[in-house]
Amino acid sequence: MLAETAAAVRGRPPLGPEPLEPVPHRVVGCRKETDDVTTLSLESLSGATPTFAPGQFNMLTAYGVGEAAISVSSSRREAGALRHTVRDVGPVSAALCRARLGDVVGVRGPFGKSWGVGEADLATGDVVVVAGGIGLAPLRGAIDELVHRPDADGGRVFVLTGARDPSQLIFGDDLEAWGRAGAVVAVTVDTAPRGWTGHVGLVTSLLGGIDCDPGTTTALICGPEIMMRFTAKALVDRGIDPRRIKLSMERNMQCGLGWCGHCQLGPYLLCRDGPVLPYGGDVARLMTERER
Amino acid sequence: MRTGGTATIDRHGLDLLIAALAEAGFDTKGPVVREGAIMPGAIRTSADLPVGVRDAQGPGHYRLEHSGDDRLFDWAVGPGSWNAEFFPPSQELWRSTSTGDITSHARPGPGSTRPLAIVGARPCELAALAVLDRVLLDGAVTDPDYAARRADAFVMVAECGTPAATCFCTSMGTGPAATGGFDLALTELDGGGQRYVVRVGSDRGAAFLEGVPHAGAVPTDLTARDRRLASAAAAIVRTVNSDRVAGLLADSIDHPHWDEIAERCLACGNCTMVCPTCFCSDVSDTTDLTGEVRRDRTWSSCFDLDHSYLHGGSVRVSVSSRYRQWLTHKLSTWWDQFDTSGCVGCGRCVAWCPVGIDLTEEVAVITADDGRAGPASGPLPATESESVSESGSAGGTP
Amino acid sequence: MTAEVDAFVASHPLFAGLPAGVTSEIAACCRTVAYGPDELLLVEGQPADTLFLVQRGRVAIEIHGADRGTLVVETVETGGAVGWSWLFPPYRWNFDARALGPVGAVAADATCLRAKMDADDEFGRLLVTRVAGVLLERLQATRLRLLDLYGADRAG
Repeated sequence: MLAETAAAVRGRPPLGPEPLEPVPHRVVGCRKETDDVTTLSLESLSGATPTFAPGQFNMLTAYGVGEAAISVSSSRREAGALRHTVRDVGPVSAALCRARLGDVVGVRGPFGKSWGVGEADLATGDVVVVAGGIGLAPLRGAIDELVHRPDADGGRVFVLTGARDPSQLIFGDDLEAWGRAGAVVAVTVDTAPRGWTGHVGLVTSLLGGIDCDPGTTTALICGPEIMMRFTAKALVDRGIDPRRIKLSMERNMQCGLGWCGHCQLGPYLLCRDGPVLPYGGDVARLMTERER
Repeated sequence: MRTGGTATIDRHGLDLLIAALAEAGFDTKGPVVREGAIMPGAIRTSADLPVGVRDAQGPGHYRLEHSGDDRLFDWAVGPGSWNAEFFPPSQELWRSTSTGDITSHARPGPGSTRPLAIVGARPCELAALAVLDRVLLDGAVTDPDYAARRADAFVMVAECGTPAATCFCTSMGTGPAATGGFDLALTELDGGGQRYVVRVGSDRGAAFLEGVPHAGAVPTDLTARDRRLASAAAAIVRTVNSDRVAGLLADSIDHPHWDEIAERCLACGNCTMVCPTCFCSDVSDTTDLTGEVRRDRTWSSCFDLDHSYLHGGSVRVSVSSRYRQWLTHKLSTWWDQFDTSGCVGCGRCVAWCPVGIDLTEEVAVITADDGRAGPASGPLPATESESVSESGSAGGTP
Repeated sequence: MTAEVDAFVASHPLFAGLPAGVTSEIAACCRTVAYGPDELLLVEGQPADTLFLVQRGRVAIEIHGADRGTLVVETVETGGAVGWSWLFPPYRWNFDARALGPVGAVAADATCLRAKMDADDEFGRLLVTRVAGVLLERLQATRLRLLDLYGADRAG
């Protein structure tokens, strides 16, 4: 086996682009979503934009600061620039949030498993999308495609999103557009200011108000891990197959290629096997085990 | 001479072989004695190898001893392994201007641009390189620097005749004989004749062997080799139940023994630094005053708090969880991730642990039962009463 | 009591699945009510005399503080229920509940429910178990909200 491996290496064709080398992109759009969340639109200086699937992520380089894993928040229905919605939680994300039009940002990717939108298991049937906070970002492209499924065979799309307070809600225009396109959209906040007449409560409390068909439902969840855990449990209680509940998991990521070892969650390298994983199987257990 | 063929050479032939490799443009390296340990280093002749040196190893123990004889390979493994030659501890990935224009990158790597010829790698070290190959070559994307270094390297393995007390390659199926991954395999024969059985692992190996004086291996030579390797295998005392360990560890995440290990473990990360398969790395950027940005990749350890850092805190804070991550990764989840064990049984983690934590012993305790029901067999009452009487002063609890 | 109320009580998540005899006993204590926007369903400190089963609209559970104005603690929508203090002495509301728009509900008279619970242990056990189930759900949700999961204080 060893000899075969070595032989295989020798027989390899010339190497392609350096996988750890970012491709310079120009910032062609900056939109402040909340006080600490910014959406960057990026265009490759070389013109070529790699294809991606919603749920995948890129490694973004703020030159001179470092690199961080950021989900793609574009829809494949949108032409042009690649969008990433970044929350300022550390040095790299802070630098990305500070980027201005014309700045150059490095992009490597896309990496990881997507939500599977466009694939057979999401072509029909009800889809319940549950997002917490910035968790709506990696779901944006998926929802946009789902509400425009060409032949959904009566399957509906429910978009439930929660935020700390109304000022932290992102993609308000999109939520409205998805509602107009036929999705059931519900928003809740943990803390309501005066004058707020919307829902107040945990995002799971929105599940009571929807009438999805558990037999056909696929759920896509992204948010803080505890929120995803409790949402998934509530969906299982509703009779939804745990294998049809998909979560976007997060761990430290430094390469996106399965080489750096930081993003392990038990048997998974999340950059390679995730970030989207089914709740059913061993993820439900892994999420309850301490310090995995 | 073809792949699979055998011959014998003497010490002079070995010297000529090393010289031929250097002549052919290889950067010849082998085990050398450095700072009290056997480490990878540059060699020009067989005299640069650990001539007449033995290693005495145990949990938290490594000492070199001089026998006074002229044998080259009567030692097991030192702290350094050949993985570092292919996957350097620190590596510049690229340089760029602050506006993103990449000005350079690492390929083919810092230091030597000559291909590497290793003289005297151990079978377990080749197995470790095969494990690294699974990670860095066989995934969806290949690490180009690693691939380039690996592709060109000439490997002469020295099969193990003198294992250390810390070795358990027989459990992991990686030694003491080499089964592949080499251009030439040497076995140092018994006695003072300075003769070596050579097995050919590649056409390139055959070509180099044919370029030096050699003789056909007679049946007694091959029997002598077999006897030497069999006695080495028989001398290995540590074991891991490699058939069942992956599943047993996967079911032992909440075993109380992890906390017990954590009371001894310093979380120093020595085990990860000496492990020939550990591949975790950090990526970091630095900027100089001219605005040039440089990105480096550096070995990192799952014992570092930052290893599991996630905006705001680390996932694995307790030492217990970090040790558990390391051990379960090596022996269990590595299978899930790369379809191979991450442990080759070299025993370095046992020897170089400053408090002598013995992986084989900890695995035996953790996999002996399910963590809740007590030991599955054995004289439990006697063990208990002994431990109570022995730990009277240390335990602190009457 | 009307057949419509009976059917609504039997199908409301709080009571769904209980024996028909039990839900009709509950329904016998109920009447339909309607509130306009900003009308109060219950007022802090007032006698806790009603369990509301929300039929349509949104009800805000509120509390006010001199310096902080009115704070909405949580909202309850169609299929939810409002009002638990009627189960526990001294039977006084601890929060306000305000209609955030037109609200239709079925209101169960608490005195009526308590009398039936006193008279029939099994009825009481079933009712309390169901109420406790909802309270558990609310408690768990409240605990998670206490964690401020989306909080910005995790910056590193």
